[in-house]
This record gives sequence, C-alpha cells and structure tokens, in this order.
Amino acid sequence: MLYSEKVMDHFKNPRNVGVIEDADGVGEVGNVKCGDIMKIYLKIENDVIVDVKFNTFGCGSAIASSSMATEMIKGAKVSEALELTNKAVVEALDGLPPAKVHCSVLAEEAVKKAIKDYYDKNGIEYDPDLFPDCGNCEHCHV
Amino acid sequence: MQVYADNAATTKMSKKAIDAMIPYLEGVYANPSSLHTPGQEAAEALMDARERVAKCFGCEAREIYFTSGGSEADNQGILSVAKKGERLGKKHIISTAFEHHAVLHTLKKLEKQGFEITLLDVGEKGLVTPEQVKEAIRPETCLVTVMYANNEIGTIQPISGIGKVCREAGVIFHTDAVQAAGHLKIDVNEQNIDMLSISAHKFHGPKGVGALYVKKGIVVHNLIEGGAQERGKRGGTENIAGICSMATALEDAIENMDKNNEKILKMRNRLMDGLSKIPHSIINGDKEMRLSSNVNMCFEGIEGESLLLMLDMEGICASSGSACTSGSLDPSHVLLSIGRPHEIAHGSLRLSLCEYNTEEEIDYMLEKIPYVVGYLRNMSPVWRDLEEGKRNHVI
Repeated sequence: MLYSEKVMDHFKNPRNVGVIEDADGVGEVGNVKCGDIMKIYLKIENDVIVDVKFNTFGCGSAIASSSMATEMIKGAKVSEALELTNKAVVEALDGLPPAKVHCSVLAEEAVKKAIKDYYDKNGIEYDPDLFPDCGNCEHCHV
Repeated sequence: MQVYADNAATTKMSKKAIDAMIPYLEGVYANPSSLHTPGQEAAEALMDARERVAKCFGCEAREIYFTSGGSEADNQGILSVAKKGERLGKKHIISTAFEHHAVLHTLKKLEKQGFEITLLDVGEKGLVTPEQVKEAIRPETCLVTVMYANNEIGTIQPISGIGKVCREAGVIFHTDAVQAAGHLKIDVNEQNIDMLSISAHKFHGPKGVGALYVKKGIVVHNLIEGGAQERGKRGGTENIAGICSMATALEDAIENMDKNNEKILKMRNRLMDGLSKIPHSIINGDKEMRLSSNVNMCFEGIEGESLLLMLDMEGICASSGSACTSGSLDPSHVLLSIGRPHEIAHGSLRLSLCEYNTEEEIDYMLEKIPYVVGYLRNMSPVWRDLEEGKRNHVI
C-alpha cells in the first residue's frame, strides 16, 4: 500500500474539517499550481487553542496531514503548537512516502501561519525568525 | 459494488486469452529454437501466432517482431529509424506534444544525441492534422511518429491522412497504436503505416508482450543482443505462451470490435453526459474523434489523487493526471498540451471502459462520482474561494 493505515484513517475520516467564521487566526499555504492548498482556522482563548478547523485542496496525504496536525494542536497552548514539526506529523501518521513528505511541511507551515496571523491581529510581539516565509513549493517536492 | 474503469491502464484477461496460454505453459514448453520435436512444435505455434497477428493488420508475418510490450516496440521502432537517419545526415523527427512517454523519452534521448525534434501542437481538441505534419516535414526529416489514439484523453488521430502525407514525402511513419489495436480497424497498407506498436494487455491479453510491425525494407536494429530470435532483431527466448495468447486476444477483439464498440459507446456516452452535469467540469479532448471507451474530465476545485482514493473506497477503479499520481511536480503533459492550466489539470479523472462493464456499473458511477466531487469540494479552500467570488472560475 502507498499509505499507512493511519494515513488512510485520517483521509477517510478527516478530523476537524470545516471553517471557523470568527477565527482568531487563519493560515493558508501552498498554491493551486502545485496542487496543494491548506487553510487552517484557529480559535484561541487564554493562549489555548480551543478549536481548530481546516480546509484542504490536495492529495490524500495532504488531507491526512492537515487532519493529523489539527488533532495534535487542538487543546494545546499556542507556544506548544508553534513547536509542531512536520516530522512529528509524519511520525504520528506512521510515515509518509518520500514524495509526500512535503504535505506534512505544508501542515506545519499552515499552523505557523495561522498563529502568526493571531499574533499580528492581537499585537502580540514575536521573533520573526519563528516564521520563515517559504513561498516556494518546489523545494519540498523532491 | 466493484467497478473496474481503468481499461486504458490495463484490461482483464479474457478466458480465451488465458486458455490460449495454458498449452504452452504445460505441454509445449520447449524452446522454439530447439531442434527436437517439442521444440519444433513450439516454433510452429510461434509462426502461427505471427501469421495471425499479421493478418489482423493486413501485413506479412515477417513484418511482425514480438517484443515485451508497447514501450519496447516504440523504443525499437524509433531508434531503428533514427540510426538510419543519422547515417544519412537526416536528423529531424516529427511527433506530437502528447505522445506516451515511451515515445517522448526516446525522442528526448535522441535530442541529446543531436537530433532535432518537432513536437506538433495538438490544440484544445487533442488532435493533429495531416496538414500540420506536411508543413513540418523538411528534407532532413527521417521519421514522423504520431500516436493512433491518446492514452489519456482517447482522441483518435487522422492516421491515414498523416500516413499519406509521409508516404508522399518519402518519410517513414511510425504510430504508437497501443490504445487503438483491437479497438479500431487498422490496415497498415491502406493507411500507409510503416511501423506500428501494440501491447497485448490493452485488449484482454497478457502483460509483458507486444509487437512491432515494420514494413519490409526498413532496417530494424536490436535493443537486445542475443540469439537468432525474431530474425536476429531481438535476443531472448520467446514468450511463447504470451505471444500465442496475444494473437488469440487480438483476433477475438477484432472479430467482436463492432459489437463491443457499440455497447461501450452507449455506456460511455451516458456516463460522460451524466458527469458533464457536474457544475464547473469540462470534458478533455474532442468528443467525436475519441475512443468509445474513454471519459476524461476535469473538475474544478479538487485534486485528482484524493478523488481516486475516495472513488477506490467506493469500489471504483479509475485514474487521474494529477501531479500526485504522476510522481512529478507537474500534472499530466497531455492535459497541459491541450491547454488546461495546472490547477485544472490537477483535478482530472479518466474512466476507461470495456465490454465487461455493465449499465448497472454506469448507474453506480453516476451516483457516486458527483457525490465524491461534492464531498471533496466541500473541504477545499479553493472551491470555497470560487464560491465566494474570491477566485474566478476557469471552467
């Protein structure tokens, strides 16, 4: 099989699909030309992510990566969510095929971008190095 | 329900084709190059198969070379002509932008060796014209290679007309007929075809066997050096069971061609018309000049691989030209060649039918596919943007 059972489970039954209309932070990464776009919505109360939703245009592993990432940060403190790495997403999914690892990178970047949006909207100061702007899909398509 | 709608990828072997293999796996297993009686029996079976295949295309048995499949046949045909072209200082080859990679990659290799390759534009309909070929032919053109029917969008090229233009110009004409053989009437003499590639598993025969027709007088070069098999042009003990099975499958396909095409076309049209009702979808390739088995569509706002996985969960086997399924960054070169933008090409779906499909299966697909497209659109940020007017519809 191309994908692990975990990936297929998250693809078949994606957690946290949807939109939060009054989100405190929204992050969108990827581009249609490459065939992947992820959008993550965060609801944050007292520095805790109380709700998270996602919309994804992309392949099976993109949907599964978004689903897993949202599950991993739901209920976490914002600072904890910032530490989410694509590696952790891959591990939680019991692995991704090498050509699909970029999907987990997108998930990490979408979470970071949503948090940055939350910081910006609320005038919270942060270290800009925490949010490197990638903007280039090609580097993770190997 | 399990629906196999990926017959352009490969077909189920027919009972007849399986039965045709068995004698050469069990009883007549000897090497056709051996002098003993069982060996000569195998040699006779091989000769008989060669004659039967030749008859299907209106050529002579000695013009048929058995190969491991369509890709090998394409490679051998093109490289053979290129070798002669190089010797004569004729290093220009004409083809189309949407050939199979067995052709395109072979041409790429020749380009690195100093050949000049002209890839003709296939337009939005996915068709080339004999006039385009005529205009592209130069004194130094050694080969024109144009596929008979496209493997992704099923469009059928005007092969007879292209053959005529090539014959008049004295240029060798090769056609990759992998998707056409057994499904369309082919006569190499009437159609002025000099070389033609086929693959058994596209017409209910076995995998790992194909053939290259080469008009007598054209020199064939080896890809595989070895013994005297295939008139010295392809070393390696012949795949007798596969070859005999291919001949039987091909004869059967041709005998039932009209009946099968009529049945398939009726199902295909109902499927294509039904799926066309999905908003913001588009049919890829000309609607008339296409294989009766082929449906190829793009659905805006979704990605092909997730569509295939979802359909697989519903028991529907299909295929897509999205980048994720091609294993590269770009979506299908065929869809790009007919002018589909990347984001649309990513959301493509190919359904390819055969006579084993049923009307019930068409009903099932017409119920499930719109549902799955809707489900994926529902979780797509691109679709949301389109719906909210933040992004403009392309189709």
